Formats: sequence, C-alpha cells, structure tokens
Amino acid sequence: MGMPNESIETSIAPKGVGSDSARSERLSILAKLLRRPELGALSGVILVYIIFYCLAGSSGMFTLRGMTEILQVSAEIGILATTASLLMIAGEFDLSMGSMIGFAGVIIGLGSTVYHLPLYLAIVLALVICAAIGALNGWLTVRTGVPSFIVTLASMLILRGEAISDTRAINGYTQISNITEGDPDSSAISLFGGNAAQSLFSWMAHHHWIDANQAGDPSVAGIPASILWWVALTAVATWVLMRTRFGNWIFAVGGDKTSAINVGVPVDRVKIVLFMLTAMSAVLFAAIQIMQVGSADTLRGTQKEFDAIIAVVIGGTLLTGGYGSPIGAFLGALIYGTVQMGIVYTRSDADRFKVFLGVMVLLAVLFNNYIRRRATQAR
Amino acid sequence: MPPIVELRNVSKFFGSVLALRDLNFDVETGEVHCLLGDNGAGKSTLIKVLAGVHVISKGEYVIDGTPVCISSPRSALDRGIATVYQDLAMVPLLSITRNFFLGRELTKGRGLFSRFDVAKANEIVVGQLSGMGIDIRDPSQTVGTLSGGERQCLAIARAVYFGARVLILDEPTSALGVHQASIVLKYIVQARKRGLGVIFISHNINHAFAVGDRFTLLNRGTSKGTYRRGDISRDQVLHVMAGGESLETIDEDG
Repeated sequence: MGMPNESIETSIAPKGVGSDSARSERLSILAKLLRRPELGALSGVILVYIIFYCLAGSSGMFTLRGMTEILQVSAEIGILATTASLLMIAGEFDLSMGSMIGFAGVIIGLGSTVYHLPLYLAIVLALVICAAIGALNGWLTVRTGVPSFIVTLASMLILRGEAISDTRAINGYTQISNITEGDPDSSAISLFGGNAAQSLFSWMAHHHWIDANQAGDPSVAGIPASILWWVALTAVATWVLMRTRFGNWIFAVGGDKTSAINVGVPVDRVKIVLFMLTAMSAVLFAAIQIMQVGSADTLRGTQKEFDAIIAVVIGGTLLTGGYGSPIGAFLGALIYGTVQMGIVYTRSDADRFKVFLGVMVLLAVLFNNYIRRRATQAR
Repeated sequence: MPPIVELRNVSKFFGSVLALRDLNFDVETGEVHCLLGDNGAGKSTLIKVLAGVHVISKGEYVIDGTPVCISSPRSALDRGIATVYQDLAMVPLLSITRNFFLGRELTKGRGLFSRFDVAKANEIVVGQLSGMGIDIRDPSQTVGTLSGGERQCLAIARAVYFGARVLILDEPTSALGVHQASIVLKYIVQARKRGLGVIFISHNINHAFAVGDRFTLLNRGTSKGTYRRGDISRDQVLHVMAGGESLETIDEDG
C-alpha cells in the first residue's frame, strides 16, 4: 500500500521551503497588512474624505465646527458599533440595541422625574436592568439554539412596545422632558453630555489657533464627551480582543464553536457577557443623548441597531463571525458619520447618503470575503 | 501501579439508544493503546466519554485508581487527558499561536491588567514546532494556511506542551501522506518514551501495528477484547476491523 501513497507524497512535498525566503519575507509585510480587517475601512475613510474634499472642500465641512459635528454623529454610532463588533466576531447579532436605547432612556427619565432618583442612580439602574435583559437575550440564544437574529428581533419589539406603553401609562406622554432638573448639579450631566478641554479650547481661540466667533469664544466649546467615550470604548475593546484571554475566546467562539468547546472555552458564558455589553452600550448611548438635550423620547434609537451593524460590516467584521476588529468598527462609524453629515454640505438631497452607504456596505463585504479566502487558503 | 485512566463497566445511552455497553478500557503510562473498530462501533463515543464531552450513563471513570467525575472537556484537560480530534479543535481564522494557547492562554499581569503574552507565546510555539521538525514562517499566520500534517502536529504539540498525561489521537494519520504520517507516528513513539499514555484510533492497520502495544477491538458498542501485541495477528485484527463475520459469510456463499 506504500506505493500509491508515496506518489501522492512527492506531489505534496514541501513547497518552496528555503528556496526563496527573502522574497517571502518581503511579501509577508504586505501579506500581514492584507490580513488586517481594518484595511478595507481605512481605504474607505481615505476615499470618503477625498470625495468630500473635492465636492465640499470650501463649504464649512472641514471647519472645526463641521468636523466636531461629524465626529459627534460618528461617536453615537461608534459607541454601539464597538460592542456590536465584539458580539458579531463571536458570531451573534443584537437587533434589540436600538429599542434598548429607548428603554434605557425611559428608565433614566422616569427614574429621575417621577421617582426623583439622583441621575447617577437612575443611570446605574438602567445599566443593571438592561444588562439583565441582555443576559436574557444571550441565555435564550445559547439555550434554545434559536438564532440571535430572531431572539433579539423579538426583544426589539418587546422593549420598544414596553417603553412606549409604560411611559404613556406613567407619564401621560411618550416623551419625558426636564430630566436633569431634579438633579441639576450632578456631574453625570458633564460626564455624559458635557465638553472636555473647554479652557484649552478658549485659550486656543484667544490665540487664534482655532476658529472663534467675534467675542473671541471658540466655535466649539470643547471636545464633546461622546467622542471621548467612543475613543475610550474602542481602545478598551481592542485591548480586550487582541490582548486578553477573553478576547481570544471571542474569536474562537465565532470562528469555530465546536473547536472552542473542545478546548474548554466557556462558549455560552462568552456570548452572554457580550450580549450584556451590547445592552450596556445602548444605555451609554441613551445617557449621552439625555444629558446633552435633557429629555428622553421612547422612539429614541430607532433603527440604530442597523446603523451599528452597517458600521461594523464596513469595518471589516465578518457576518459569520471569527474575524473583525473594533478599530474597523470605529472607522466604519467614522465613514457613516462623515457621509451622513457630509452629504448636507454638498447641497444634494440628504437622503442620498443612504445610497452611498449601501454601496459602501456592498463593497466592504465583497472585499472582506476576498480577504477571508486569502487568510484561510492553504498555501 | 494502576493505569492512568480506566473505564469500568461503562455504558452510555443517548435517550434510549445504547452507544456503549459494559465497556472496560484502560491505558497505562508509556504505552500506545490502539482502538480499532468499524464505523459506528462506538469509537467516537468512547473517545468523547474519555474527553469529557459526554458524561457516562453507568459505570466508573477512574484516574490513577481513584473514581472521578468528569463532567466537561475542561475537567478532563485539567487532569491531563488531552484529545486531538479529527477536526483538530482548531479555529482556521485564528493564528497558530492563538490556537495553540486557546483555552489556556499564557497571561502576564494581574487582575484587570492580566493580558495575553503574545511575544512569549509566539516564541514557545515556534520552539515547540521546530522541536517536531516543523518550521513555520510566522506564528501569527492563520491555521487555515497550514497543511493537514502541520495542523496535526500542531495539535499534538499543543497537547504535549500542556502537560497531557494521556493523549487521545483520533485518526491522526488518516488524512496524511506517508512522509507526514511517519512524522506523526514518530511523535507518538516519542510521547510513549516520555511516559505518556497514548490512545490511538486508526483505520490504517499499518499505522496501528507500527506503534501499538495493545489493541482493543470494538463492535457495536461492546468490547471484543483487548490483546497484547504478539497475542493477535495482523490478519485477525484486519478481519475484525473489516466487519469479520459478514465477509466470511460472503466468501462461503460465493
């Protein structure tokens, strides 16, 4: 029986080992770059900025104020996209994120106005309740085997319905205003809705380093807290994913669940924790919006789950799991914010931005499929 | 000295289906115990019971002479019973290093700042694999880019590195060419020399006879006996593996 096998063996004998190692060395830098999931999104960001610079370079889009607005829009999507990217790398979806924003807003709003809780307590209460609901989403997904797409589709409906009808029953309206008035001195207002580095900004304005109005005040008060939250969350998520044991488990759970189970990874626990994180990022989103404007609306966050998924997909995360990055999701959210705001500056119909995003999503997925094929091909 | 691992009168039911019946099986230090049988004989179930994937319905799971409760792959691994699965328990999209340490990540730092020590992990992986005669260009390349033989060796190297006392190899040579298979077989012999118990499942009688010390024949969930090397001929084993009686009947009829 040796003969036929031997002939097979010679044909699969070591390929190119040692023959051209210098060449493969040089190639490997390019290959390493190509393996990064963020590559597509980074090219996307550059492309988008070139396009808008050509179309709307002198329109005010690239002023301090214009860029701050773009980053604020990006930050809101990005906060959701960060945790959504981790969950999607683990192979699951959370469609309830948008409704969770409305629901969390109701808890914070009613907690503060009707039950007179301090803002921090109301936010912590929302975090605890929403994390529990997230855990329930996760538990149902891993225990029943029903796809998370369906489980969270159900909770999307349930949460939105509850938020609206509970608020109407308790408050009379579906909106809650003057939320911060019961606790006006709380540092929660500036922590979530304030601006950082205000004195630095006015100092820079006085020295004419940044745009200022006639009174000499900066055109932007400071760095909005939401942007800092976004950057911080992305940094933490990236660190967790790339440098911790839990991060390795996230990749494994989405990449090959059976293998992960076989080597002792607590697959169910990983998924449940990630569902809790997506829910908690929705609470953060709600807290930021409420502290910025002082009111909550039960319809807040509608369709934000899709915006988050769009940013994650543009960011290079595979829908099937096992591959992706929060930095990619960061760039995806930046593309989203830039396109949504930038289209206004080009004076074309603002709803065109959806056409643009649709094309971006399609291109991103095609690009990512190509990358994945390269990454898994035996050489 | 008691065997490292022993199954005593073990049965396994799936609902009302009997997968294993009153099975006795053991592996001692420094031996290769081959598990032979046709498809559906219960080899996979037996492996999964040993690996902790399935919990036994009846009987005893004994380690070093003490009955234990193995309820998960983790608890089997923690007691040094490592399984190299046919599908290798590798995640193709993950890097070689990340796969090697999956589930047992090498960390540095404490508490909140405990983190995966990538540099050291890479170093260990390259060292372990070159010890097996495999040169990998880059430990951060994905496992999907490795050949079947390389993946098999990676899986075995992983188990040995993490202090396995018993190595369960599920058809490790079935998808390999002669050269790569012989590397894997050499590694099995090495593992035996180091005092590991090896449970070796194979359809290839040449591979089994090349390294086996004992042979257990399985048929329809029951053991057809355990034989020392020399007590059973290759033809006898082949006979049982090929389905035995049914083939004889065909001969007589023909």
